[in-house]
Amino acid sequence: MSTRTRTAETVVPFEEVMRRFDPVMGLEVHVELNTATKMFCGCATEFGAEPNTQVCPVCLGLPGALPVVNHAAVESAIRIGLALNCEIASWCRFARKNYFYPDMPKNFQTSQYDEPIAFGGYLDVEHDDGAGGTEVFRVGIERAHMEEDTGKSLHVGGSTGRIHGADYSLVDYNRAGIPLIEIVTTPLTGAGERAPEIAKAYVSALRDLLKALGVSDVRMEQGSMRCDANVSLRAKVSDDPASVEQAAVPLGTRTETKNVNSLRSVERAVRYEITRHAAVLDSGSPITQETRHWHEDTGVTTSGRPKSDADDYRYFPEPDLVPVAPTREDVERLRATLPEPPQERRKRLQADWGYSDLEMRDVVNAGALEVIEDTVAAGATPAAARKWWTGELARRANSEGVEVTAMGVTPAHVAELDGLVRDGRLNDSMARQVLEGVLAGEGGPAEVADARGLELVQDDGALEAAVDKVIAAHPDVADKIRDGKVQAAGALIGQVMKEMRGQADAAKARALILERLGVS
Amino acid sequence: MTDLTRLTAARMAEGLAAGDFTSEALTQAHLDRIERLNPVLNAYLQVDTEGALATARAVDAARAAGESLPRLAGVPVAVKDIACTVGIPTTAGSRMLEGWVPPYDATIVTRLKEARMPILGKTNMDEFAMGSSTEHSAYGPTRNPWDLERIPGGSGGGSSAAVAAYLAPLAIGSDTGGSIRQPAAVTGTVGTKPTYGGVSRYGVIALASSLDQIGPCARTVADAALLHEVVAGHDPMDSTSIDAPVPPVLEASATRDLTGLRVGVVREISGEGFQAGVLARFEEAVEELKALGAEVVEVSCPHFRYAMAAYYLILPSEASSNLARYDAMRYGLRVGPDGVDSPSAEQVMGASRDAGFGDEVKRRIILGTYALSSGYYDAYYGQAQKVRTLIARDFEAAFSQADVLVSPTAPTTAFRIGDQTEDPMTMYLNDIATIPANLAGVPGLSLPVGVADEDGLPVGLQVLAPATEDQRLYAVAAALEERLHTAWGGPVLDRAPTVESQEVPA
Ligand SMILES: [Zn+2]
Repeated sequence: MSTRTRTAETVVPFEEVMRRFDPVMGLEVHVELNTATKMFCGCATEFGAEPNTQVCPVCLGLPGALPVVNHAAVESAIRIGLALNCEIASWCRFARKNYFYPDMPKNFQTSQYDEPIAFGGYLDVEHDDGAGGTEVFRVGIERAHMEEDTGKSLHVGGSTGRIHGADYSLVDYNRAGIPLIEIVTTPLTGAGERAPEIAKAYVSALRDLLKALGVSDVRMEQGSMRCDANVSLRAKVSDDPASVEQAAVPLGTRTETKNVNSLRSVERAVRYEITRHAAVLDSGSPITQETRHWHEDTGVTTSGRPKSDADDYRYFPEPDLVPVAPTREDVERLRATLPEPPQERRKRLQADWGYSDLEMRDVVNAGALEVIEDTVAAGATPAAARKWWTGELARRANSEGVEVTAMGVTPAHVAELDGLVRDGRLNDSMARQVLEGVLAGEGGPAEVADARGLELVQDDGALEAAVDKVIAAHPDVADKIRDGKVQAAGALIGQVMKEMRGQADAAKARALILERLGVS
Repeated sequence: MTDLTRLTAARMAEGLAAGDFTSEALTQAHLDRIERLNPVLNAYLQVDTEGALATARAVDAARAAGESLPRLAGVPVAVKDIACTVGIPTTAGSRMLEGWVPPYDATIVTRLKEARMPILGKTNMDEFAMGSSTEHSAYGPTRNPWDLERIPGGSGGGSSAAVAAYLAPLAIGSDTGGSIRQPAAVTGTVGTKPTYGGVSRYGVIALASSLDQIGPCARTVADAALLHEVVAGHDPMDSTSIDAPVPPVLEASATRDLTGLRVGVVREISGEGFQAGVLARFEEAVEELKALGAEVVEVSCPHFRYAMAAYYLILPSEASSNLARYDAMRYGLRVGPDGVDSPSAEQVMGASRDAGFGDEVKRRIILGTYALSSGYYDAYYGQAQKVRTLIARDFEAAFSQADVLVSPTAPTTAFRIGDQTEDPMTMYLNDIATIPANLAGVPGLSLPVGVADEDGLPVGLQVLAPATEDQRLYAVAAALEERLHTAWGGPVLDRAPTVESQEVPA
């Protein structure tokens, strides 16, 4: 019997696990499509509407109501399949997945079972090779299939927010019938110790791809993209996780961790499950095949309901729908609408922006490609855009545990800030202070600079006076510079900036010092 | 003054158009008769007196104003309680939906309204259309106007009894395995199951989605064709609806000569196990078809013998899933389990389904749940689907030898209420001749061909045609009906005793 306690379980340190075990993952990603209407009825799909206002007889499962397939959703599904290098079924059906749950109006989910619309593809995912370079890991895509979302239950009362122990539950059927695509990977072997980061890199790459396709809002925090992570361990028999000997070892029992709803959590949840599995196996117990719940706050998973191959959903072909049979021409027409593949796009942008491989990798790892593209489009230099998004802003995002794009600073803000620096109105440290203000919600960069009185002194007379004063006060340093030790100018620049209370352009100060000392 | 309720629907339409009488008078005549006889027959579960009269008056006013109106405008109609009707409770004969008032109309109901036909009310049926006698209604059995101690067929016994007893000139039925045709046969009326997809199922409470079809119940072939034309045709709300013009059924119902038509007698459903009087009337009817110029051949459909077994796997499987939505969460009956203070949703679902469903419904849900279970799926549901394909091939082969097929509609005449309720298998056999058409999706029609010598009760002949060739049913049935009426000096219903003359059983 499973327990529902939140007590952290014993874990084995990750590095130690990796000495003895080989992790295998399977990732299932549910993506809500951004079609105007639901999968099988004409109801709107807008996020955040008043509960139960976007419903009709069909998505409420009223007696007599019948589904009709949303063709826009089928087209999105095909485009996703094509972008994931899948084969597209020339004929496939929907099936009913039967089980009782209050948030499922018909007590069956209309889904696809053994006839998915897309199958047999892959997605190449770039990740850090740990030695300063980039490696490509090919994630096999077993299938991508269409289905409808369920309603959303809100369990009121009790301590866990789950149905058990709740006083009562409310159900919002606005979400019932929203088109979903479920993308299922093959069992991912050969990742070794990189498994957690590859999991994250895959979900990130998938998110970029879906965004580029324009088929979904892919907002993990709103649940329009949700990830379930299957993890199992098997004995490690080779130092090469991709070796033939390692591949021959049978897979261990897996757990399926649900609700992994941020990129960061994907990596953390996979890592946690790996370390937990190892502890269970070390204790001599078998792994229980079950669903587990990820807790973002505590960083652990807890036992959900036992899951076994005996789970019987009594699938059968949905008799109320006719088969979906896209023609060759339909598929080719949709193929022609695919956007530039993300990897090619990355190559193009790297060339356009003049980034080194290392710089580009940092950008990709920080998930900042889109935002830099938007920032450059808003007028910033590529170098400045990179500096801000992978530097100061990435640091802040990381320490706060949020996505870099979720902090309230927009590409337009960064471009404006860069403009102020390039116009000589702000220096670096002032720009950072301005950014503080923008992050604190004080307004746009120009507004913050004005409000905080941050502006470089443009009066050359004051700067010249300060330079002369500093040179006079540090004759020893001045001599060194005259002798050609130009790097010693840094100490004098610091003093000049102090004199100017920071409101000076450091480059200008340096030029003036060198000029005065006759070395320019 | 003539009793308006005795007219055919076609004559009612003519009379209304000619101003011989008003729709209000016609509708009121039916409502009066319903008020008087329905307590005995229990054909209607709901009577919408005000709604029907309002429509009738509106039609009369429109006609008086010289508006052009649809052909059946002002002719009343009854609707099986399986179709959703805004403002009129819809129960599917189940306790589960007692008092549930749909917020939307079934497509066929919308079409009846567009045709401006007053809807008299909702007719009784076996619970969720599971049965062949209407005894499985949660609201009591309907009685056969020919003999109040007998069943009117099922599941649409309410519609057939209403039409046979002149409580409605026309009625809507639904046919999953014979629920329109078998009640027509045992009440001496006409009923058609159109080609699967010929009539929208949207808003009709599903029993078995791949078998269900909606169709007309009437007293004459031409009347059935009139109603068929009103409700048939493509509906974008039903994905399985056929996007093609409605077969010319009305035109076909004027057919009087069958010269050159090839009629196939299906050996497997025209002999063994059928009541002697049923077979005798059937054989005579086949002779009449020859006299009308048809060429009669015997055809064999060897896989029909597996139809019953396949049907009782496919139907319960689909039904177990279709009926899962009745869980007390959003609508319908809700009861808590006994002795539980604050029951869980799961407990409420269980208790409500236990209290809301009758035995026959539970029997089929359990059967279907079992048949779809992993490990059994291939042996049961999968195998049944293969049989279905074989039956469709049997039809194809038969239709290469004959333009239409014929058989008795039901193996017996109306049996006594209570006779078969203890034995589901015997009950299931009532549909032995009608089920193959549902499995293959082909259209079928039943028309009266006389009464059995041994009990004086009506016998039906079934005509079957290839998919989308529904007009062939009407051509054959209309020609045969005309010939029989001429020979008899009137319809077979004229030989039925009046309801008033019969002793009301306790
Ligand atoms: Zn809807």
